[in-house]
Formats: sequence, C-alpha cells, structure tokens
Amino acid sequence: MEERDLICIVCPRGCHLHVDKDLNVTGNFCPRGAVYGKQEVTNPTRVVTSTVRIDNAELPLCPVKTKDPIPKGKIFEIMSSINKVEIKAPVHIGDVIIKDVAGTGVDVIACRNMEKI
Amino acid sequence: MHDVIIIGAGAVGSFIARSLSAYKLHTLVIEKETDVGDVTSMANSAIAHSGYDPVPGTNKAKFNVLGNKMMPEVCKDLDVEFEMNGTLTLALYEEQLPTLKDLAERAKLNGVEAHILSKEEVLEREPNITKDVKGALFCPTGGIVNPFTLTSHAMENALDNGVELHLMEAVLNVEDKGDHFIVKTDKAEYEAKVVINAAGLSSDKFAKMMDDITWHITPRKGQYYVLNHFDKDLPGKKFVNSVVFPLPSEKGKGILVSRTTSGNYIVGPSSEPVDDISDVSTDSMTLANVKAQATAMVPGIPFGEQIRVYAGNRSTPSNHDFIIEPSKNHPHFINVAGIESPGLVSSPAIGEYVANELVCPILKPEKNPNFKKTIRPYIRPLNLSLEERNALIKKNPDFGEMVCNCERVSLGEIEDALNRSLPCMTIKALKKRTRAGFGKCQGGFCQPNVIRLLSKHYGVTPMEILYDKADSEIVLSEATKGAK
Amino acid sequence: MEYRDLVIIGGGSAGMAAAIGAYNEGIKDILILEKGEFLGGILNQCIHNGFGLTEFKEELTGPEFASRFIEQIKEKGIEFKLHSFVTDISKDKVITYTSKEDGVVMVQAKAIVMAAGCYERNAGAIGIPGDRPAGVLTAGQAQLFLNEYGYMTGKKVFILGSGDIGLIMARRLTLEGAKVLGVAEICAWSNGLNRNMVQCLEDYGIPLYLSHTVSKVIGKGRLEKIVLSKVDDKMQPIPGTEKEFEVDTLILSIGLLPNNDLLNHLGIPTSRSRGSLVNDKLETCVPGIFSCGNVLHVHDLVDNVVEEAREAGKNAAIYLKGEEKKATSEIEVIAGDGIGYVVPGKVAIDESLENITFKFRVRKPSKNVYIQYEQNGNVIKKVLKTAIIPSEMEIQKLPRKQLADESSPITIKMVAKEM
Repeated sequence: MEERDLICIVCPRGCHLHVDKDLNVTGNFCPRGAVYGKQEVTNPTRVVTSTVRIDNAELPLCPVKTKDPIPKGKIFEIMSSINKVEIKAPVHIGDVIIKDVAGTGVDVIACRNMEKI
Repeated sequence: MHDVIIIGAGAVGSFIARSLSAYKLHTLVIEKETDVGDVTSMANSAIAHSGYDPVPGTNKAKFNVLGNKMMPEVCKDLDVEFEMNGTLTLALYEEQLPTLKDLAERAKLNGVEAHILSKEEVLEREPNITKDVKGALFCPTGGIVNPFTLTSHAMENALDNGVELHLMEAVLNVEDKGDHFIVKTDKAEYEAKVVINAAGLSSDKFAKMMDDITWHITPRKGQYYVLNHFDKDLPGKKFVNSVVFPLPSEKGKGILVSRTTSGNYIVGPSSEPVDDISDVSTDSMTLANVKAQATAMVPGIPFGEQIRVYAGNRSTPSNHDFIIEPSKNHPHFINVAGIESPGLVSSPAIGEYVANELVCPILKPEKNPNFKKTIRPYIRPLNLSLEERNALIKKNPDFGEMVCNCERVSLGEIEDALNRSLPCMTIKALKKRTRAGFGKCQGGFCQPNVIRLLSKHYGVTPMEILYDKADSEIVLSEATKGAK
Repeated sequence: MEYRDLVIIGGGSAGMAAAIGAYNEGIKDILILEKGEFLGGILNQCIHNGFGLTEFKEELTGPEFASRFIEQIKEKGIEFKLHSFVTDISKDKVITYTSKEDGVVMVQAKAIVMAAGCYERNAGAIGIPGDRPAGVLTAGQAQLFLNEYGYMTGKKVFILGSGDIGLIMARRLTLEGAKVLGVAEICAWSNGLNRNMVQCLEDYGIPLYLSHTVSKVIGKGRLEKIVLSKVDDKMQPIPGTEKEFEVDTLILSIGLLPNNDLLNHLGIPTSRSRGSLVNDKLETCVPGIFSCGNVLHVHDLVDNVVEEAREAGKNAAIYLKGEEKKATSEIEVIAGDGIGYVVPGKVAIDESLENITFKFRVRKPSKNVYIQYEQNGNVIKKVLKTAIIPSEMEIQKLPRKQLADESSPITIKMVAKEM
C-alpha cells in the first residue's frame, strides 16, 4: 500500500492524517481518525444524505440518510434508488425507507418527523 | 378600432394613459416588458427635481416645473411615497460660487424657489457634508419620490378608469392608413385613430416610421449603489436630509447622494453612452469613480451598507430637450421622446399636456363621467397604529403574517398587490409594488415563498415564474423525486 | 400588553438551547418567538450530516439535530409561537411581534435572549460586475429550494466562495444530477472546513480555484456565462487571466452576517463580528438583553452555537433571579493584530468569575504562531498554535488569576513564533 496524506472527515476538526504503508495512522486527534485513515486507503466509505418524495405531509420532501457509511463507489447507485421512492406521512426519525440499499446491507432511514396533515 | 394606442408603459406612457382615462376614449397601452415601468422609469435617481436647472423656455423647464407643482396632489391621489426634502447643489471650490449665482438666476427665471446658503448654513443642515463646502443652492421644492409606484399606480388608476394594457407584446410596425393607423405587434394587429410614441429608449425607432427625423436617442447609462436603510429607525438626524448634488455639467446633474422614500440611500449615477439599449451592466471601475466623486461631497458614506448596485439607461435626445409634438407628416402620430432627467417628475405634466392639448383637439372626446383620480389605497400595516393594525388583522389575518423579513412586507400586502387591476406577474413586479425582496438579504429569505405565492395566484408551476424578463426563471426543473 | 419573564427571539438551534439553558436554571415563564413554519430554523434545510459530534457524540443530519432539541422543548413544555415575527424591541424590553393568529402583540419581558441567526451575503452586497440576470443566488437559497421544496435552480453550476454551504451545495447539486464546473475563492486559502473540501469537492472531482473571483456575470434573462479571473494580492482581477464558463447558475457562498437589526435599532453598539457587543455573560449594554448564536457572531458548528446559547439562557436566568453579581470593574477586550473579531468585547469582573472564555477568528491561515494576550503591553498569556485558519473559530480560556490587573484592556493578537 502507498503512503498517503489525508484530511480526516470524521468530524469538522479535519485532522491532517498520514497513513504509512503498513496502515499506521498518525496526525489523528482521536481514535476515530485512525479508523478513518485505514478505511480511507483500503475501502473508502461515505454517508449519503438526500430527500425522498412524501405525500400528505406539510412539505413535499422528507430528508433521509444511509444509516451507516456505504462504499464510495455506490453513491450514485444509491441516489438513483432514493430518487425512485415515494412515501406517505406520517414518518419518524429512524424509520427504514429503503432496506439494504443497492445491496450494501445498509438501510436508508428517515431524518425528520413528518406528521400526516 | 382604438381611439388611442400608446406604445410604452413607462412613467410617461402610464401618465398619458391616466390623463386620457379622464375622457371617454378607447385607449390601449402596449408594453414589451413583463411589467410597467420596467426600464428607464425603474432605474433612475428617484428624484422629484424642483426645476431650477433646465434652460428657461425649454420643454424640460416647462414640464419639470409643472410636474413638480403637481407632485403633492398626484402622489396623494395615487398613494405614492413622496417627500419634499429639498435639494442642495454644492459648490466645493471658491471659483464655483459665481455658478451658484447663475443657477439661482436660472431658478428665478423658471419660477422656482431657490436660496444660496453659506458654508455654515449648509453644514448646519447637513453635518455629514464635507467641511470643504463653500456654499450651496437650496431648492426647497425638490424632493424624492418612489419611482416604482409612481408609474405603476398611475397605470393602475388608468386601468381602473377603463384603459386597456397589453404586457409582453412588442410593437413591430406602425403604418398610416389615412384615417387610421395599423399597429402591428408580435402578437396581433390593431387599428387606432391616434398613436402615441412613448417608447423611451426605442422612441426614435418608431418616430422614423413616420418621418425623416433629425434627432436620435443615445442610451446613456448611469450606475448606482444602493445602501441599506441604516438610519431609518434610529432617532435623530438622517445621514443626509436633502438630495445632495454637485454643480451640474454638460453630462447631466452629476453624482448625487440621496435618501430614498424607503429610507435607503442611493449614490450615483455615472454617465456613459452605450450602443445597446438593453445594456444595464455595471462595472467596478465606473462604480469606483462614482464612489470617489460622492465621497468628495459626503466623506463618510457607509459603503459597507451596500445592498445592491444597478444601472439604468437614460433616453438622451440629440437636441437635448424633451420632444413632445405630433409627427410632421402624420399629425395623429404623437412623439413623446427624449424624456431623460427630469423625466420622472415631469411625467404627470406631460400626461396632462399630451391628453388635453394634443389628443383632445384631434378626437374631441367627452369627459369620462366615471373617472376617479384616486386609486384604492394600499394598506401598509407598519404605518398604522397598534389598534388599527389589530383591527385589520382581525378582518384579514394575512396582514399579520410577515413574508419579507427585511422590508417587513406582510402576506396581506402581497395578496393585495396581486389582486389589483394592474397585473403583477413577476418577482420584480411584486418587489416594485410591495418592496418584498428589496432589503438587505435581497430576497434570500422570501424569494422561495414569493415564487410559491405567484405560482399559486396565477395557477402555474414555480418553473414558469419569472424574475423579470423573458427566460429569467429562478427554478429550472423539479428534482427527480418519486415515481413521476 | 402581555408579561413574560423571558422572551427568546428565534426558535432555531440557538433559541431552543437558550430556552433550555434558562429552564434548567428554574425559569419556567419562557416564550420563544419563531418567524418560520417550524422550530429548528436553518437546520431543517441542512440535510447533510456532521452535526452533533460534541453535543450528542454522534453524527447527525440537521433535521435530526433540530429534532432532539424540539423534543426537549416539548417535553419541558416551553411555550413557543410559530409564524411570529418580531418587529421591534424597546430599551425597556417591550417586544412587539405580529402573527396571523395573535395580531400585533406587545410583550413586556423581564429578560430577552436574542437568537435570530444570520443571513447570507449576496450578489448585491458585493456588486458582482456585469448583468443582473436570474440564476445568481445564494447557497442557502438554492439549498432551501432543493431540500425543502424539491426544485433545481440549475443544471450547469459555478460556485463563488468556498464557504461551507457552497461546498455542501456543490455535492448536493451533483448528487441530484447537476454539473458543478468549479468553485472560485478570492482568498489564497479555502474558507470551508477541510472535511468539506474532501467529501464535497475532491470526491466528485470539482476543481477549486483559489485566488480567483467571478469578474463578470453575463446574461439578459437567465445567467448565460461567467468570467473567472485570477486576482492579485489586493484581490483585484488580473487582466489577461479571464476564463469563461457557460453556466445557468452561479451560487454564492461568500459569508454570513448576523441578522441583528432589532438590537442595532436599539442603538446597542456592535462588535467587529457585526453582532452586538456583549460581555462575558453574553449580555449587551442593556441589562437583561442577551445575545447568542449566529446573531452574535457566525459559528462554523451548531454544537458551539447550542453551547453558547445555553450559557446565554443560563445567564438570563441568573439575571432574572436577581443573582447576578455586581461587577467591580469592566475590562475591554480588543481584537489586535491578526485577529478578525473577539467575543466577548468586554469582561465584567465580579466575584463569580473564574475563567474568561474567548471566541475569535484569525484573519488568515497561519502556522507556528502564538495567540498572545496582553495588558498594558505586557504578555499575560500565550498559546502556541502550529496551525490556525480563519474558517475555524478558536475558543480559548483565560483564568482570572492570570490577569495583570482587573481594569486595563486585554488585547488578543497573533504573533509569529521566533524560529
């Protein structure tokens, strides 16, 4: 594995990480930075956030996210699944909107409580 | 057959329409833009000049002075904000003092009240003016006026009295058929006994369809800064009380510093000829020059309060005077052209003159027995007492809900503007009627809501709502969401 | 006239946290006035994640973060009014608000917490040269259209300014099918968080043009193209460096400004943050009027907003209970060389004071510098920073016992470390 310099995206602090060829991470402020550093050079992942169409709510859209980070390469495939979905109010934070999206084993969940009108 | 067709719904076209609506005439106004007063009448200095400065005996002098005298009543009848706060023309150098005297003489010849003030008197009135000032000419009858509602309320009044208005329709050609004209537009053909050319920057184009004219219009651009109403609600003196000008020059009245009727400040205009009448772009170098010249008169202008820059084109005629006369070869075709500054303040007087002195002798119309010179007043909750506001909100709760945070425009005011005889189809039109979106956030907060209200009112999608001109949609498509 | 112990202006993250801060100190007669349709303010349109790492030790989206606070407000039974717009505050703390349901109401408050948030610097404020077509809009506006109403403001987009909302919108618009051609930043450094550079631009191959600006906007109706120019060290476009981009949308992410008109109109002095000048209790010069969150100074992180706002709420409670200690002296705080602004602008020395918390931003990114605290030209504290950037607010504490005296002004400055 190549040595790499990365900026940690785990939190807004944005630590400058160095990952050596044996996957040792330095420059991290917290342990999550080490995990991120390793992950980013082996299998980079991201949380996808977007919206889905919702009926019978005060607003036409409900914000959603992947419950866990998903492989970076799957982002657009997941977006296309998200954009096909239509749900009905009421919906609550954490409700599963799409189960196992794009075969990632990760669910897409609702991020806002939206009552029926 | 129309009795009169007016080409152009700027301030001039709108006031001619209003004056004609006092007669039993079938009048049609054709305007190419999406709203009335959307070109020169919108982007100017918003000043009701006193009339001290035009050369005595010219049309400019005559209509300016007449228009200025009409202002208080017209603005009362049409519910337009107007303040007679006076104008100050400054002499910054000793050698300019004789010119002040000449200007005072000219004011006298034009029948305009004017006083020469000493340095001390100037600074007492306007403590923020440069201490280098040597004296000034004070004209108490000059003032500031809301240029947006002056035009739109005049047209609304005309429409209430029976005039017809076609927006977004461009006149392509006018042909004299002997006893009538054929007016051809991009949408239809109309017949009219009298045609009035109030086409502003394009007026020479239409005049040429009738005569070999010896004059032409040069669009002359003026660029401005707009500052927030930083002192509006503060107690004590305003940053600048009267309109502050330098001495006038060949290029015009020069760069002014003026409070507006909404409590904002405008600084400008520059003055540069342009080729394209639709070129209202701004550039940093010209604006920097505007800033420098204004700062020489009023050093502490808080440019950090800038909320917008804009530019407008004046219809400068090659003969340097308003052209208000019938065509040489076709006397029922009336040119009202070259109405540059002081056009705004002159427009009510021009309207009266064109209707009464030029159109009436041709058509000899009867008075319109139903003519009403006033419009239904606009309700501005913030100008009412607490009790009045609560009574209003009880009757119509929408006056209690705020749409525009910065300018504090209620939903009720927006609905009122949308439900008048004068169409209000664009975001800009609504902004000019109500001030929603004119504030420091420039529509950042209220524009989505304004688009929603416009699309609901007109039964169209938000993608069809324009900011102002054709192709000026704000949202372009729906995000692909859901099954459809 | 209605009477309340505490009125909070704004029901976003700051307003809700301030209410909770006061409630926890025993104040129950609280009213939150929110102009919008929902509690939560701008968080509702910030559907991206990254909120709550300090507050909840997990990574939440904006609506999720807001919801945690909304639930607390509801659980505690703190009263709030939606669609209620405050038009005026008087020096004797009478608040006038207007709403459909209540009409115009005057409320006499014993204390006020200002938490009205901020607004976006826009095209008008910077006067971008050229035409003024549709399609030039702020990042927050594009965000609202897309995330709450479901409308795309354009398909070919350029972004001016590297503020975080602009970066977030670069990714968001890309995910929804737009092509983002680039981000221009007039400074030689980026003004967004590092993580957003990575996950919003780098991930999608969107170029960042540092030391560049949009020197001209072209388009009669809708935006047709923009001209990008490199700028010199005075931030002026350099002739000959122009590059044209055909785009239908220019999104501006050029800064946020405190939305502080109500307190400005009271004549309360402002600080360089453009919010009101406050002391270490977050209290303005009018006793009982407090300010917090983005209306006081613009924060990068909502976690910092809620912490500050809870403090303001707590201090308002202390004021209401009459437990405010009498200040024996007052120290002025000056943002010195290299510092953009400091909050607080004053320190009220009283018997309760132990540590003074300073929040500030440096003017430009710097490495190996000291943040130096001085009184009468003498250094009373210095903090070494190996790296410091303007886009990340710095929070530092100064123990009272380190003060040289309790009356001379404190100047905070940035000085280079001698190598």
